[in-house]
Amino acid sequence: MQATSTIREPLITNGKTVHDVTNDICRQVEGKPTKLWLAAMALSLGVLTLGVYCIGMLLWEGIGVWGLNKTVGWAWDITNFVWWVGIGHAGTLISAILLLFRQKWRMSINRAAEAMTIFAVICAAVFPGLHMGRLWVGFYWALPLPNTFGSLWVNFNSPLLWDVFAISTYFTVSLVFWYIGLIPDFASIRDRATNKISKKVYGALSFGWDGAAKTWMRYETVALILAGLATPLVLSVHTIVSFDFATSVIPGWHTTIFPPYFVAGAIFSGFAMVLTLMLVTRAVFKLEDYITVYHIELMNIIIIVTGSIVGIAYITELFMAWYSGVEAEQYAFINRATGPYWWAYWTMMTCNVISPQLFWIKKIRTNIVATFIISIIVNIGMWFERFVIIVTSLHRDYLPSSWAMFYPTFYDVGVYLFTFGFFFTAFFLFAKFFPVINMAEIKSIIKSSSEKVK
Amino acid sequence: MKENKKIYWKGLEQLSKDPEFVKYANKEFAEYLPLPNEMPEEGSSRRDFLKMMGFGIAAASLAACEAPIRKAIPYVNKPVDVDPGIPNYYASTYVQGGDYCSILVKTREGRPIKVEGNTLSKVSGGGVNAQVEASILSLYDNERLRGPLAAGESTSWENLDYEITSKLRTISVNGGGIRILSNTILSPGTEAAIEDFKAKYPTAEHLTYDPYSSAGMLKANETNFGKRALPSFDFSKAKSIVSFGADFLGTWINPIAFTKQYSKNRKLGDDKKTMSRHFQFEANLSLTGANADYRTPLKPSQEGVAVVALYNLIAGKSGASKISGGSIELAHLSEAADSLWSNRGASLVVSGSNDPAVQEVINGINQLLGNYGRTIDLAKHTNFRKGDDSSIDQLIADLALGRVAGVIFYNTNPVYNHPSGAKLAEALGKASLSISTSDRNDETASLCGYVAPDHHYLESWNDYEPVKGSYSLSQPAIRPIFDTRQTQESLLNWSGNNVEYFDYLKDRWENNMYPGGLDFQKFWDTCLHDGIWNAPDQDSGEAPAFGGNLGNAAAAIAKNYKAESEGIDLVLYQKAGIGDGSQANNPWLQEMPDPITKATWDNYLTVSQSFANDQGFTSFEGKTNKAKVTVGDHSFEIPLVIQPGQAPGTVGIALGYGRTKAGKVANALGVDVYPLVKKVNDTAAYFVSGDVKIEILSEKYQVAQTQTHQTYMGRTFVVQESILPEYQKNPSAGRVKPKIATWQDESHKVAPGSLSLWKGHRYENHHWGMVVDLNSCTGCSACHIACQAENNIPVVGRAEVINRRDMHWIRIDRYYSSVGDPKDKSISGLKKLEQAADNPEVTFQPMMCQHCNNAPCETVCPVAATTHSTEGLNQMAYNRCIGTRYCANNCPYKVRRFNWFKYHDNDQFGENSSMNSDLGKMVLNPDVTVRSRGVMEKCSFCVQRLQQGKLVAKKENRRPTDEDVQVACAKACPADALVFGDMNDPESKISKMLKIQDLDDPKDASKVDKRILEPRAYHVLEEVGVKPNVVYLTKIRNKETNA
Repeated sequence: MQATSTIREPLITNGKTVHDVTNDICRQVEGKPTKLWLAAMALSLGVLTLGVYCIGMLLWEGIGVWGLNKTVGWAWDITNFVWWVGIGHAGTLISAILLLFRQKWRMSINRAAEAMTIFAVICAAVFPGLHMGRLWVGFYWALPLPNTFGSLWVNFNSPLLWDVFAISTYFTVSLVFWYIGLIPDFASIRDRATNKISKKVYGALSFGWDGAAKTWMRYETVALILAGLATPLVLSVHTIVSFDFATSVIPGWHTTIFPPYFVAGAIFSGFAMVLTLMLVTRAVFKLEDYITVYHIELMNIIIIVTGSIVGIAYITELFMAWYSGVEAEQYAFINRATGPYWWAYWTMMTCNVISPQLFWIKKIRTNIVATFIISIIVNIGMWFERFVIIVTSLHRDYLPSSWAMFYPTFYDVGVYLFTFGFFFTAFFLFAKFFPVINMAEIKSIIKSSSEKVK
Repeated sequence: MKENKKIYWKGLEQLSKDPEFVKYANKEFAEYLPLPNEMPEEGSSRRDFLKMMGFGIAAASLAACEAPIRKAIPYVNKPVDVDPGIPNYYASTYVQGGDYCSILVKTREGRPIKVEGNTLSKVSGGGVNAQVEASILSLYDNERLRGPLAAGESTSWENLDYEITSKLRTISVNGGGIRILSNTILSPGTEAAIEDFKAKYPTAEHLTYDPYSSAGMLKANETNFGKRALPSFDFSKAKSIVSFGADFLGTWINPIAFTKQYSKNRKLGDDKKTMSRHFQFEANLSLTGANADYRTPLKPSQEGVAVVALYNLIAGKSGASKISGGSIELAHLSEAADSLWSNRGASLVVSGSNDPAVQEVINGINQLLGNYGRTIDLAKHTNFRKGDDSSIDQLIADLALGRVAGVIFYNTNPVYNHPSGAKLAEALGKASLSISTSDRNDETASLCGYVAPDHHYLESWNDYEPVKGSYSLSQPAIRPIFDTRQTQESLLNWSGNNVEYFDYLKDRWENNMYPGGLDFQKFWDTCLHDGIWNAPDQDSGEAPAFGGNLGNAAAAIAKNYKAESEGIDLVLYQKAGIGDGSQANNPWLQEMPDPITKATWDNYLTVSQSFANDQGFTSFEGKTNKAKVTVGDHSFEIPLVIQPGQAPGTVGIALGYGRTKAGKVANALGVDVYPLVKKVNDTAAYFVSGDVKIEILSEKYQVAQTQTHQTYMGRTFVVQESILPEYQKNPSAGRVKPKIATWQDESHKVAPGSLSLWKGHRYENHHWGMVVDLNSCTGCSACHIACQAENNIPVVGRAEVINRRDMHWIRIDRYYSSVGDPKDKSISGLKKLEQAADNPEVTFQPMMCQHCNNAPCETVCPVAATTHSTEGLNQMAYNRCIGTRYCANNCPYKVRRFNWFKYHDNDQFGENSSMNSDLGKMVLNPDVTVRSRGVMEKCSFCVQRLQQGKLVAKKENRRPTDEDVQVACAKACPADALVFGDMNDPESKISKMLKIQDLDDPKDASKVDKRILEPRAYHVLEEVGVKPNVVYLTKIRNKETNA
């Protein structure tokens, strides 16, 4: 039994009943696709097609269609990879860590956030694959499979191999977690379905959910176990991604601060992306009662916290570069701020350090439009953070003879667009055919937070 | 059963034996069928279809069963001396115009694949340069003519000989002149063949010119010594060297030998604490100027005055009378005079000027210094650059007047590489017979009636006498690839002597060179084996007496040079790679970064920083503007490059570009500036003074440079340098020994390498390593091309160099000193450090895979494609590489190269000719994989050579020595700046050089690390702690102060 505080704002507003919840959420799934949805889908598919063309050219011609060179061996590819992985983190944080902390406000957003995680991780995984010179052998040589090449084994020292494990584990756990959560809702849709196909499809998807008390008990247990499994992943995945840089010898990469800094950055960008998506979904699907300004405000607070951590990390890096007395390290940071890529560094600083501080002002953090704009700015900033770390560290490292610039090509942009095309195509399909809010969970808090029911 | 005797008829027709029926009765189909023999001609029948289908299925299935056809044919009868997999070496000689190098040709299964220096030769000293190394690829140039041409159409040698002989006879009978035009000929055999030709055709004359002439020196020596020849120089004996614009390490006369000599006196060690002091006065920053201890920018229009001033300074010391010619205030000139005077007899003054007056004064200076007979030997004169600058103008005049009716261009291309080329092209139409022996249909050959293509030098027999009394032989390393014929044989044939040139040559040697004693065949075989032969009487020469009056020279100088000259001087120079442009179609040379500008695939206008400032012109990352240059009537557009060290008021453009008919690779690259060469005092002047206008256009252009950052930012962990007086006081002067703090107190700082996560490697048998002596490396880039040839390194083309994707495994980093204070690492200080000084000190730092013992690339590869060998090599398994490029990112030296595209069998990379045609592929080293797209590659320390050397030693049951294992770059280096060897072998050169001491304490984790006691030795980026196996020796400049 939940005790309801009199001063606490209800999480679900406008006195929704349990039946209202089912109706509101299933309406999207059961109704015909709207024109807006079709238009958005067409746009996503268009971008996806362009991206597929670019990937085709990349695979046909070689990595040379990108703007990389002998000095800068990674640029947009790994920037995008880290960016997408980071975005994914919010979903896991919301569904796992906030579940363990019994934060009930997460229930309105966790479904969509988890979906976002899965699609983002798929988008992220595209890049370690495509950035390989020989994808056709790389995709399985990077796995520790028994083979006929003699004693050839993977190199367990390599952070890239750790990435393989981290990302695949993360993806698997996130997918299972998300799917388990969907089962009771699929069953609801199945039970309401009027046409045969829906009944069959959602019947299959719901794995014969019967709603028995024992089933619910098992469901809760599995959710809790998966939350327990997913929790360390929130911290570990981006830690391991940061090892790609931290274990290297390149000034600007070789930094012990990276793991916490990357995790904070990941959650920061992930919440920004969740906000971007939820604000749109909320408006389009008329879910204002489920995703309230209160939800948005709470997420904005997390953005202030993580954004500030990121800001401190940036300043710590500068301090450490000065304090270390290492010439190359000092130059790497002077070069970031004042070298040819100064604009990227200051874009990063402005977007990531200054813009989230605006959320200290209550008016801004409860303003939907302002939140939407800042959420996008934060994601731009976080993309530049990775670009700054990767490109400006590489382009001027130890030997000045090798210093070079990186200029992106059409195909750098195109493959990035591919992931956007894929992400939004997948997200729109999800939004149309899957329940975007976890009905089963929401119903559990209706009593404690909906005025009418009370 | 009772036999059935009934008869059945097919019809009434059978019964009645109808003739129509009987006719078809025995056919399978009695009625009409459209069978093929009755078919009309066109179309095909159902049967045809079935037949075709049957055949098609059978053929397709047969074809599917069969392996693809590989163009490798096993020996039916194996030649005795050819073992598959074992290379054969033949001594031979590289000659290109007046350039010379004695070489060894490495052949595999009958294909020459690599050129190396012949250490037996005293003339070239065992070194090579980039052009010599690259000449192997020119052998397999697709642009070479497949056979003789008559009027542009292919013909047979019989026809050609018949037509040419009859025309020659007609001309000769009518008294018309015949001219054989050649570059300098070093070959006595060829000269004899020409003499034979002249004997047959009395109106024939032999004319010589050189694209880059030394006629001024010839004239000066004729005036001063009565001998029209270039002397031998010995830079190794010179303790003081002064050069006025002579790029003797790069392109001047015999740069390979000069580099060898020069570098001998630049080395330092325990037993040698002195080195030569080198002053350079020049306009363009040349390779030689970059190596000078003191370099003073000087306009070529001032050069004569400067030379006179030096003469007068020396004369003042020696008590000789001074000459007039103006005076000039020039930095370091009096120091140069002091240095020369105190090293009298062990000094050398040279000038690149082609003005006889300047060269006479130079001769005068050397005479005052007593250098003749010591560092300069005119008795043992050389035969390089014997060309006469007026020969072609004479030829044009004779052609115009009809005095000459027949011209034979013997391996020359004057239409391109002579300033009067255009006039010659016009006049050539008047000749009734014009023959070119060029290997391709070049600018001159395409205007000739006949082309009788000569063999490539690697297909030819010949002899050479580069220096009086020093002979060398050239022998074919491959059967002629095409239907070409050696020109000497053609000349003999046309003069009615159908002898093979080989027999002719051998006879000549038997009659003229053979000193008697041994059996001639043995003598011949020895000479052929060694590639060289030194005539026994070579030391008998006596220094000719200096006669002559410098007054005339001084007067000429006073007329032509001014101490203060207004306007811009345009200097025409040669690049170390492209030279005079004869090998312009060689993509290796085109993509070889110029040692100074690091630019590829172009020529450009080098301008000084002050000129750029005045014009408000800036350049970033090779992005530049084009400029319109107007010289007299000539006007052209060319990109600008800001060149530190360029003398103010001067600009430079390289010759050898702007070819129109050299072939696909070279055509339309850069601008041809040969027409700008003007005559001063009857000799070609390689500068234009005053009459030069430069207008910077708004058109943008990008010069493809492999290095765009010019300075080393005061980073002492990259370049460590000092000056000689400091070194003499303390041999480790200039060394920076980084220490890092440990958890203990301040006093416990340790060397970075001693702290490690890794246990280190044990090298039980060999431990390969390399020493790079920054003091010896002149930056010549011979190693670049040697590595390219040895390791099948692709050429990527101009666009990809702009994308910073050059593939060279060894590069030579060229750093200028900067305007900033190297110690000031503030933001504004760093900005200053980025700018090169106006007249910078230059450091060349060869950089290749450092084969780190704690290799950062090895730990990050997810699939262990790059691993450490038990001999200290960092190895790359191409087959295992999946191309994540993590290793390249994590390489602090940035020496790893990625295959961004498929560079072989790909039309998009046609300029990569060694991998894109069957002919070009013959140059590939079969011991080295051609890498596929998507894999990483890098210097392997020529692991295939190490393996070969180890096998040779193993068969003889001994340890491999330095002679057995030589990497391509070290082998090619004419300065011996790269020394490779086994650091586990106390007898190896590298162990001795580095004074390696093994650590015996087995408990010490660093046991496997070598303790290097040589005080000059350092590791680049020591503080990163990667423990490289490549060791650098500090750069020591012979300067008095560090300013």
